Amino acid sequence: MNEQSFVELQDVAKRWNGQLGVEEITLDIEEGSFVALLGPSGCGKSTTLRLLAGLDIPDEGQIIIQGRDVTTSAASDRNLSMVFQSYALFPHLSVAENVVFGLKVRGTPKLERQEKMVRALEITGLIGFESRKPGELSGGQRQRVALARAIVAGQPLCLMDEPLSNLDAKLRASVRKDIKKLQRDLGITVVYVTHDQTEAMSMADKVVLMKEGRIQQIGSPDDLYSRPANTFVASFVGAPPMALMDSATLDGFPADCKIGLRAEHVSIVPQGSGRLTCSISECEFLGSETLIGLQHPGTSGLTVLQPGLSLMEEDTLVDINFEDQHLHIFDSDGQRVYSA
Amino acid sequence: MAERVNIERRRQAIYGWLLLSPAMILLSIFAFYPTLATLWSSLFSRGTRRRASEFVGTENYADLFADPTFWLVVQNNLLYAAITIPVSIAIALAMALWANSKISARGFIRTAYFTPTVLPMIAAANLWLFFYTPGLGVLDQIGSLFGLPSINWLGQPETALWAIIIVTIWKEAGFFMIFYLAALQTIPEDLKEAADIEGTSRWTYLRRIVLPLLMPTTLFIVVNAMINSVKLIDHLFILTKGGPSDASKLILYYIWEMAFAFFDAPHAAGMTILVLAVLCIVATIQFFYIDRRTHYQ
Repeated sequence: MNEQSFVELQDVAKRWNGQLGVEEITLDIEEGSFVALLGPSGCGKSTTLRLLAGLDIPDEGQIIIQGRDVTTSAASDRNLSMVFQSYALFPHLSVAENVVFGLKVRGTPKLERQEKMVRALEITGLIGFESRKPGELSGGQRQRVALARAIVAGQPLCLMDEPLSNLDAKLRASVRKDIKKLQRDLGITVVYVTHDQTEAMSMADKVVLMKEGRIQQIGSPDDLYSRPANTFVASFVGAPPMALMDSATLDGFPADCKIGLRAEHVSIVPQGSGRLTCSISECEFLGSETLIGLQHPGTSGLTVLQPGLSLMEEDTLVDINFEDQHLHIFDSDGQRVYSA
Repeated sequence: MAERVNIERRRQAIYGWLLLSPAMILLSIFAFYPTLATLWSSLFSRGTRRRASEFVGTENYADLFADPTFWLVVQNNLLYAAITIPVSIAIALAMALWANSKISARGFIRTAYFTPTVLPMIAAANLWLFFYTPGLGVLDQIGSLFGLPSINWLGQPETALWAIIIVTIWKEAGFFMIFYLAALQTIPEDLKEAADIEGTSRWTYLRRIVLPLLMPTTLFIVVNAMINSVKLIDHLFILTKGGPSDASKLILYYIWEMAFAFFDAPHAAGMTILVLAVLCIVATIQFFYIDRRTHYQ
């Protein structure tokens, strides 16, 4: 296989009492990259991460980290660290003790331990909090302790399981930047599980979109946004997601197809000159622009963006136009048709 | 303005006292008053038909300290506590750790361990009487399979107290296990996973993470076990009656004997006061010393 791959999953499957866990997970992760596992809840992204971490053992397939088959190895033999959704801090230990816990277990000499801890606390901005207990910290600070604990050991691979989901929106945006910067500065490989596409799209070099235990698409954020592999990806990625139309609504397309179209490629034109006539279902003012929902039989999620505040009466009929080059065509199975 | 604040404060104070009063009244009637009454009566001599009871100060206590049986009973009770407390806690913890792990028939194991707790102590004692009875007893039956001689576990001074101790441990461990089991279930699963990723061994995880997090429970159990080591004497009535030659007599049994078999209430009251004093001191030490080193969630 690819020699440069840092982490490889090959046809990995895990089932829970016959119920679906994950199936046919094949994934290559390059060294130093930031990979996001994205998907709605229950899609198997956390399961994939746990298999990678060694907290669960796959029923089928192979997991290779740094060229070593670790499919059945213990978590501690995989040279990785992990940030848990709940942070999993030891409540009776101070910040400093939490951070050095792993080093202590591994028998790192005291002086080295001290040095590494101070560095990790510096990086995460926790100097001065060494003797606090997790219960005395805010959510954001706890999150940083979890990060410090993950980076202190200097492992080349760091797994993060929805690390920002317990933070408020404002903090989330700033920690997102911190994590991305940390990953670049330390040159570590990060596998990041999230259900928030903003996180995945803004941080990751590579996004793995999953649904019902299967990978739907692997690609750069731009790939997922501009070239969705199927209708699920199209309707999951982007805010608003891509509109889908039956091919019968438009002329000149094969039957039984779905046609995808993004809001930014739709424009409202004077009556009589558009390709479709729709009625307005709702208006949502977003600040710099207004999102206008449109209704037309055979379409779903059709929207158009208008600059500034431009609220329009509901049920008004408007004509819309768009160009063929901006249309995405999916066949009857929902798979993208790669043509022209 | 200041007056209104004052009225408000007084109102809060009245609320506080109203909330406290039910427990305070009950405790006063059934705990504080009896304690004081006991202390009072321990300072008087025993009234007989010829001589009325009179104030004798600490004379009853002096009698007790000069009574070899009293010292033997104290010694018995100390040994009883020193063995039953740590052993039943250790067994409870081990059983809880096992019953909390992912094993089949977990429900059955938990129920089985808890059964001794449900049994009344008298019934449990009768059950053990059947185990211990020389010749007929289960222990002797098993022993005879291996050609061991019959032993009268309850009938010899060397073994009687130990036989009692084993019954107590058997009875208590399951009860304490329930507390440990409940505490173990409040420890989140991901702490174990976080420790696993660092390569923590089971033993280190137990010692560095689980035991410290169980400390509040342990403290609670230690206090309870200590109180039980004085309080739990029901089985003595069935198994040994304190014999042979006081070898298995515990302090509360001796108090009972003093008061209701020898009808010497003043000496019984004196002993009760001594027991109370010792329990108070030990509980205070436990709470102030261990409590400070305990992490509460």
